[in-house]
Amino acid sequence: MRRGAVLLVMALGGCSALYGPQSSAMGQGMESAHIGNLFDLFLWVTVPIYLGVMVFLALAMRRRQAMVQGAARPEQEAGWRLGLVLFAVTSALILFGLSVATWFTDRAIARAGAGPALSVEVIGHQWWWEVRYHDPVAGRELRTANELVIPAGATVKVSLSSPDVIHSLWIPNLAGKQDLIPGRTSDVVLKVPKPGEFRAQCAEFCGLQHAQMALPVSVRAPGGFAKWYNAGLATPPVPGGGPEFAGYSLFTGRQCASCHNIAGTPASGQVAPDLTHFGSRTTIASGALPNTAASLERWIADPQRVKPGTQMPQVPLSPEERAAVVAYLESLK
Amino acid sequence: MSLPCRVSLLPLAALTLLAACGRETRDFSNKMMDSPHRGAKFAGNAWRISNGARLFVWMNCAGCHSHGGGGMGPPLMDAKWRYGSSMSHVAYTILNGRPGGMPAFRGKITEDQAWELAAYVRSMSARTRRDALSGRADEPANVEPLPLEKRRRARAVTPEQDAAQKESSKIEGTGP
Repeated sequence: MRRGAVLLVMALGGCSALYGPQSSAMGQGMESAHIGNLFDLFLWVTVPIYLGVMVFLALAMRRRQAMVQGAARPEQEAGWRLGLVLFAVTSALILFGLSVATWFTDRAIARAGAGPALSVEVIGHQWWWEVRYHDPVAGRELRTANELVIPAGATVKVSLSSPDVIHSLWIPNLAGKQDLIPGRTSDVVLKVPKPGEFRAQCAEFCGLQHAQMALPVSVRAPGGFAKWYNAGLATPPVPGGGPEFAGYSLFTGRQCASCHNIAGTPASGQVAPDLTHFGSRTTIASGALPNTAASLERWIADPQRVKPGTQMPQVPLSPEERAAVVAYLESLK
Repeated sequence: MSLPCRVSLLPLAALTLLAACGRETRDFSNKMMDSPHRGAKFAGNAWRISNGARLFVWMNCAGCHSHGGGGMGPPLMDAKWRYGSSMSHVAYTILNGRPGGMPAFRGKITEDQAWELAAYVRSMSARTRRDALSGRADEPANVEPLPLEKRRRARAVTPEQDAAQKESSKIEGTGP
């Protein structure tokens, strides 16, 4: 009884893993569509071959019985040479056909990166993701962190690099793993036909908080993407008063500003996640916590307790000061 | 070997292992602020030193000091210390600044980060526990790095300076 229940839970868990935001089984990307087609071809070619081999095996077993009972040896039968030649030629043709199909799939995936509509740079840090959008117009370059938003239907070229150790970007639903290696640039091409919410994860052990290095990936309709992009370029207003203004003063006057950047304020540090539109993100600290006032408070109060080893230090702030900083950051929509 | 003898070896082995732990212990408790042994704890810890190396680049110390060789600011990998070579002296210099261009970092970084920086700065001249030193630098180099022995020998510019530094290290409890 209990075993049955465990199996049922495991099966259900398996199903949710298949359809979830982080699953390699249900590829929605361009690359996985190509590979899916190739897989289907292989499947429908190899299944009949497998069945044929099974049939011949059964026949051979029957013949063996007949042979024991004194029938002719196979070499003495008519046409055995022709049979062997046919078998070899058919095998060679099928293998050649599958190789050609593989080659075309490989070329199609490689070609997809040419002339991308959007060029994004993803930089893996210990332990968060920096995201830069390149635009031919200098003023339209966008920098954000721990969120990747791309338009549906467009070819997006993602360049990957790392300033510290080897990381690996893995968006199971959209593409295969690609390593981020210090000192060189690798890339992955994304082309997703339909909007959706996905989750990427660092897939190369990169230190203590490797497990807490997730990246929410949002694929939006082109209109929604343009809206998000333009909102991202806007400078958030300096709060007029209240706890938000107290938080603004603390953030720009204390240690926070040495590492974090908030566009349009004196906080212009470039070594930690850009917080310009922090309030609009879904997670804190690269997926370690959901983005709520309570968890932000917890994070600022003692980052080392939430994510031991993180480079975010414990900044000495009184509870009132902390609440003000939280109010300010959550107001940065 | 008799059984009691073998058993007595066990704690000895454990102690040996423990002794090696200090260099890599990662203290996430934020409780080190008032410890009198803070200098030794930071200076002899590989994790603190590498955090300091990271901060050295992030806070643009390299902008003036280069990667230890000096430029607009004084070199940090030689044996000359204008304002003292002990952990507390270096941390004080970082937090409060010095005349002639060294900015004060109090309020810009936390006190723990200043001590991590101090630990890294001292490690540049191999003025720290040998087993806590990193075998290589974080930044890419275009010259072959100096072997540890060479880095350590940089200390002895004059015998007086060397003696003074040894003395201050002793006070800090982080003998070279």
